[in-house]
Amino acid sequence: MAVYLIIVPLIGALAAFLLPSDRPRPWIVAIVAMLHLALAAVVIANGEVGLASEWLRFDALGRLVLLVVSTLFCICALYCIGYLRLRAERPNRIFCTALLFFLAMTSLVALAQHLTILWVAMEATTLATAVLLYFNQNQRSLEATWKYLMIGSVGIALALLGTLFLAYGARLGIGEPTLLFRDLVKGAAHLPAPWVRTAFVFLLVGYGTKMGLAPLHTWKPDAYGEAPGVVGALLAGGMTTCAFLALLRVYRIADAAGQGVFARQLLVVFGLLSMATAAAFMVGQRDFKRLLAYSSVEHMGILVLGIGIGGAGIFAALLHTVNNALTKGVLFLAAGNIHRAFKSKRLEDVTGALRRLPISAGLFLAGFFAITGSPPFGPFVSELSVLTAAMDAHRYVVGALYLILLAVIFIGMGSTVLAVVQGEPPEDAEGRSFRESAFKTVPIIVSLALVVMMGVWIPGWILTLLHAAARLLGGS
Amino acid sequence: MPPIADSILILLLLTNFFILGTANIRSAIRGVALQGLLLGVLPFFVESQATVRLVLLVIATAAIKGAVIPGLLTKALRDVHIRHEVEPYLGFVPTLFLCAAGTALALLFADHLPLAAADRTGLFVPASLATLFSGFLGLTTRRKAISQVTGYLVLENGVYVFGLLLYQSMIVEVGVLLDLLVGIFVMGIVLNHIQREFSSLDTERLSRLRE
Repeated sequence: MAVYLIIVPLIGALAAFLLPSDRPRPWIVAIVAMLHLALAAVVIANGEVGLASEWLRFDALGRLVLLVVSTLFCICALYCIGYLRLRAERPNRIFCTALLFFLAMTSLVALAQHLTILWVAMEATTLATAVLLYFNQNQRSLEATWKYLMIGSVGIALALLGTLFLAYGARLGIGEPTLLFRDLVKGAAHLPAPWVRTAFVFLLVGYGTKMGLAPLHTWKPDAYGEAPGVVGALLAGGMTTCAFLALLRVYRIADAAGQGVFARQLLVVFGLLSMATAAAFMVGQRDFKRLLAYSSVEHMGILVLGIGIGGAGIFAALLHTVNNALTKGVLFLAAGNIHRAFKSKRLEDVTGALRRLPISAGLFLAGFFAITGSPPFGPFVSELSVLTAAMDAHRYVVGALYLILLAVIFIGMGSTVLAVVQGEPPEDAEGRSFRESAFKTVPIIVSLALVVMMGVWIPGWILTLLHAAARLLGGS
Repeated sequence: MPPIADSILILLLLTNFFILGTANIRSAIRGVALQGLLLGVLPFFVESQATVRLVLLVIATAAIKGAVIPGLLTKALRDVHIRHEVEPYLGFVPTLFLCAAGTALALLFADHLPLAAADRTGLFVPASLATLFSGFLGLTTRRKAISQVTGYLVLENGVYVFGLLLYQSMIVEVGVLLDLLVGIFVMGIVLNHIQREFSSLDTERLSRLRE
């Protein structure tokens, strides 16, 4: 059953590639996305499923990430029907193929129980997203793609070296260079500490680059700024979630090997640094898509900070993974609509979005309140949980810094978002043709509804899944 | 570990300096090709048993790292009429100094990492880290896209050297074939596009997106 989660999108990708006409292709993406979500629901309901090989298995962490990615992808795929109709002047063969290939590879990341497979799948998602980034094929998107590929390739090379270090440590400590998580965690006590530490640093930098943790985030504003909104949503909610999963897998090994304190210290530093960098660049930001990119840097920081705090912070970070992905879906897709309608993403040209696009701008505003941790949205719960976890662990300085940075970001992000939605729209006729059709708004509304649901009532089975995943990481 | 392997690794470290020190892109590509050939023959001196896998690995590595990719880069250099000067952000002397410092630090750091009895005399770990660092230097201090790619290749060579310590598990192949082929393949395409869009390979022009 589980293997169809990879095969179905791959077949869909092939079909999209072979189909001669542009028009029906977005529908293939949407149908495959819905099938994938249905399959994911069955797999998650069935609990832990192994395949014939020990190398692929859905543990609680994998199922959680699968749930997040599959839901977000489904929302984005439905949105894509409207978006690609709007961009009918562009051929979409490569774009749709890359979308489905991306879905297959993210499922593989969630399934992988072997560091090499995990690494190969992460590399494949990098390539797929590079193609997606280049959709507009102009000078600016080319620049963004080049930076993304160059920085991403260095990250992925460092992650490979970290993987090799772990394998060497396993050869010394366990007797064979295994890279199966199960064997590494079981034999962790025998792994030599210097190799585990060095490997963790390299893997943190490598996968941290893919997550976009400061100071390894430099590709992010350009990539998110130039990519279509839907690609931004998939990067900020999907690919970064996969990279976070890779980091969590490695953290689990380091923790089991007795290097938990060392690893958590590093994570706290990276987390706070990412939040501070995001805050510095969000205040006075004149480009609302780059603003969202820095918001993504911030929330990646919150995720690793939660893990770094440990204990209840681990549960909070996992909950925030779900909330962040769904909220990023709302923000990027709504921002994409605003960008399309105004043909600009700079504050000089974009004002009065609420009048011009009442639904999209309303969703954008709601998304802003959600992501900055206002009730009744999901991120309020998870961001508060990170704070209480810090206080419970007597990390008062960390908690205070976290609160201050959240406040600065709220003000900085708020001034830009309010400038976009308030006021009078400019008078020029350009972009008047944009209409808020159902496909361009309903998926965002669904995404926002899920964010609200996560804030007021988390379904029992998601809670169970979250707790099981947190237990795997030594949390509660 | 036979002394020949150590000699090859020392040659590898010297090519790092050559690649960073040369002012001509064509020579830098030749340096990368030489590194590829050195890495290609290295497995022969690590593994005593000549299996089919070993021979294939040697041929594939030498062909890809030593011939195909340098060939592609040289072709790009010729077709696009890039000027042959390296044009670094950071001068050659400071770069070489940093490279030397990095190599020394790699030697010191590698001392702290415990090694298996069979690898005790090998220079593998410090050579790997030093090459990785040299590649990173080349990547960050160079202006042109093509020089950045040579830097990335050196960085990857550093990863490959360490991979040879794990020859028994099939992970070496992952490093060579997938990362290298695919990474460079895609980069080649992008390079191609940069050429078409800007008729130059100067990433300096890729500077519209900034704060």
